[in-house]
Amino acid sequence: MSKFTFPQSIRSRPVYGTLEQRDGAAHLLIADAEGAEAILDVATPAMMAKAHIVYIPKGAAFEDKLRGLNAASFYAGPSYGAAEQRIHKALADAKMGLQVYLAGTEGLMGQAQNAAMQAGIPHTAIQTEHRGSTARRIQCVHCKGITEDVETDPFVCAHCGLNLFVRDHYSRRLAAYQGVCIDAEDPGNVPEPKGIYE
Amino acid sequence: MTIQFNDETFRDDYSFFNSDRAIKRFPFPFHEDSYMYSVNMEQHRGGPVDSVYEKRFDVDEHYVAEMRDRAMVLADDPLRCQSLPHMTLAGWDLLELIMVSKSEDYPDLFELHRDGNNWRWVNKPLGIDDSFVFLDETTLPYGPMEYITRQAQGDFCVLDQRDDNLWMDAGMVTTQADWSLDFDIGMNFFEWHAPVPLAHEKGIFVRALKFLLNIQQGAPARRLNWTMTVNPLLDTSPENYHKWGIQKTTLTPENIGAKQHLRVELQTFFRLPRSNALVFPIRCYLCSFQDLMTAPKWGRRLHRVIRDLPEELATYKGFIDNRPMMLDYLSKFDDGLPTSDGIWPDLETEPALKT
Repeated sequence: MSKFTFPQSIRSRPVYGTLEQRDGAAHLLIADAEGAEAILDVATPAMMAKAHIVYIPKGAAFEDKLRGLNAASFYAGPSYGAAEQRIHKALADAKMGLQVYLAGTEGLMGQAQNAAMQAGIPHTAIQTEHRGSTARRIQCVHCKGITEDVETDPFVCAHCGLNLFVRDHYSRRLAAYQGVCIDAEDPGNVPEPKGIYE
Repeated sequence: MTIQFNDETFRDDYSFFNSDRAIKRFPFPFHEDSYMYSVNMEQHRGGPVDSVYEKRFDVDEHYVAEMRDRAMVLADDPLRCQSLPHMTLAGWDLLELIMVSKSEDYPDLFELHRDGNNWRWVNKPLGIDDSFVFLDETTLPYGPMEYITRQAQGDFCVLDQRDDNLWMDAGMVTTQADWSLDFDIGMNFFEWHAPVPLAHEKGIFVRALKFLLNIQQGAPARRLNWTMTVNPLLDTSPENYHKWGIQKTTLTPENIGAKQHLRVELQTFFRLPRSNALVFPIRCYLCSFQDLMTAPKWGRRLHRVIRDLPEELATYKGFIDNRPMMLDYLSKFDDGLPTSDGIWPDLETEPALKT
């Protein structure tokens, strides 16, 4: 089961929906790992004839099925970073009427949404559906480094090594949650890490 | 009126101090003996002589030292001042508003000479005399917002107005109560307030936004907000929290009167004429507990407010652990007598502490 119901949270936290097919001149679909399942659910032959799929498998076994949709353009790559320039090009070349669909982890959707916003697409016009891992992309408020795929709270910043607690406060511009030093007032007193939703 | 500017620091040796005048005009934020969030807005159209409400942008004895502290913060972390590309015009609006207001309100300290778009700005306390072309960025050493807010006390958030919302799209933020401009830039009014407890449920932000969206040119508004800070530290940023957080644990019953400061924000809101943006200056005033206790009314009231504050607010404002020690200290200044309405100290009419 790749769907997860996120608990009620604060107003800056993104809320994801379920992809639905919308009329469009073209369709850009970006997904990672289990996000492929959301694309498989929404895809139709007519849509695929005008579709560009960008997929980051992250070890999941959906690449062949996605390829089988016969999108006008299909790409599978090793990481978001590797796909990024392709995504920027697709958005820069886009005409009015492009529909954007994002599916998979929060980190993938956040970064792709950010790329689309930079290209002038309002975030409210972009469809998202969460699937798969609930790991977060988190910015350390102290050193500004971003740690990908954080599953526990607290965690150690991959850049500066501080012990950070995970906030629900989220920045679309950074495509990241905020991590804040947990033992600033009592150095060394770091609770045992737990899953973020435990 | 001449102001004697303090030579003082807001870090390291913390030589910051308030003169008797500064204590008397401190914007004590509690108008009654209890506190809860409210949309406590009023028109910003002056106030009692020599109060912080009198001028559009209050300049006080801390001006020069605060600007020095701001320059140090920016040298360490330039991301404290950011402006998204569409906000440059609003920056010029803000520059004009501050230059015009200060030169009119403090003619002995600031001068603005305008000949069409050729402007000359003289800031005597900071020793600045610059000529530039209004609306031409190449004629200033910084962008217009950064240029003028390096010369104005308090943080400045410049909010774009669109889609019936306000967007935090530019700011100069070096004296903040634990929020990050770098993280929050680009967020709308509800998003950047998302971490605040209780107020969303009370509908505070919906009503506040409605009010702010309708602020008109020439009719600014204001409100007070507050928190607590150990040591007179201006830069209580999340960026540096791993460095200053430990200071909260240095309070003792002996030093709390001098070290614990009530931190008050005078927030004002001005519509900007060309950009239709809203500027939201957040001016920080600090006062130690022992200085506050020189006003018997404030001693009585502060004890009652802190004692009865809901736990969520004491936690959010970051002093839940120190509250018992604060109450031990403050209770000595509360003899149970009633207090007069309003925020002013009423030194002539309020009775001295009964011992």
